Amino acid sequence: MARNGVFSRRWRAEKMEEFDNLCPSFYSDEVHVLAVDDSLVDRKVIERLLKITSCRVTTVDSGRRALQFLGLDEEETYNVGLDGLKVDLIITDYCMPGMTGYELLKKIKDSSFREIPVVIMSSENVLTRIDRCLEEGAEDFLLKPVKLSDVKRLKDYMFSEDRFRTEAKAMNKRKLPETSCDNSPTLSPSPSPSPSPSPSIDLSSTLSSRSSSSQSSPKTLSSSLSTDSSTHSTGSSMPSSPTSLASPTRRLKMSNQDL
Amino acid sequence: MLGLGMERLRTDINRLLALLFHQGVLDEQYLQLQQLQDESSPNFVSEVVNIYFQESEKLLRNLRSLLMDREFSDYKKMGVHLNQFIGSSSSIGAKRVRNVCVAFRVASEQNNRLGCLRALELLEHEYCYLKNKLHELFQIEQQRLLAAAVRYPVQH
Repeated sequence: MARNGVFSRRWRAEKMEEFDNLCPSFYSDEVHVLAVDDSLVDRKVIERLLKITSCRVTTVDSGRRALQFLGLDEEETYNVGLDGLKVDLIITDYCMPGMTGYELLKKIKDSSFREIPVVIMSSENVLTRIDRCLEEGAEDFLLKPVKLSDVKRLKDYMFSEDRFRTEAKAMNKRKLPETSCDNSPTLSPSPSPSPSPSPSIDLSSTLSSRSSSSQSSPKTLSSSLSTDSSTHSTGSSMPSSPTSLASPTRRLKMSNQDL
Repeated sequence: MLGLGMERLRTDINRLLALLFHQGVLDEQYLQLQQLQDESSPNFVSEVVNIYFQESEKLLRNLRSLLMDREFSDYKKMGVHLNQFIGSSSSIGAKRVRNVCVAFRVASEQNNRLGCLRALELLEHEYCYLKNKLHELFQIEQQRLLAAAVRYPVQH
């Protein structure tokens, strides 16, 4: 019985991942971050930093593209189909040609997306700049080059408390897709290529047990997914930057006062 | 025999890295990049560094052509390029290149053409050194990977 449980969870995880690519809105328990930076090098780095901390990442190279992605740009609207790609966090560079990170921040805070937290990144440690951004509603200010410890800390204090709330919300959301999913062709009883060989009988019994216990399975699935990714992220051990103060902005202000 | 080769390669990598850190060519941000590399992204560092090389060479060409214009040197545009160069260099841990860019930026803000020319020469020199050393590092790492594959062949 236990072995079936493990196998079915893994099989379900694979199937859910296929689903995630088809209809990402169904998997809202993963944090989706929109990263904005005009530098390709920085985009690659921030994307990797976020992926390693188990976030879903979309990178764009300008404030304008960010607004288009959200569906806020007046000129071009790609609204159709993107409503499901809910953004949980926006992280943007400050210095960008065209629209600066500060201008993007203002536009977002003036829009229907003002609830989305915005984090500013900058290579310049300018106190007035930091203050302006925080006053305008930025959640935090990261000094470049951004480190893994910065991203981990950010994710922890922003999303760990809410996880129970979002899981509860997500569970209610999943009731609807569950029923439509069962009719989908990708959930055919034919065995998917999996590491452990198993007779097809186990799969069909797994399917029927899955549809009956639709409420409990998503929760274990999400927790198994998150534990898998968290072990991945904690694999790296590095002397973390001194965290004598909780917030880096406070730390920055202190260091500025020392001058 | 192969075992000794592996050890030597590992020592070579560590020695080269230690040298580059000691010389201030690289800083801890490079170590951050290495941390982001794993089985799911096994070539992350070289991918990012190669993007950095491509972008840097473009920036260097632009800076040189801006300075070669004797009639009017667009210092503002130089500043924009330098900001980009500073940003990407700090993102991969290229400390010395970054520092020269900062000095270059000061000269451009003062509209100091001679200072800019000197800084550009120094920048090109530092960049070349960095590129050669990182290529060397990647080569030794490739050798080590090959040696490991030979030593621990995948059993079927």
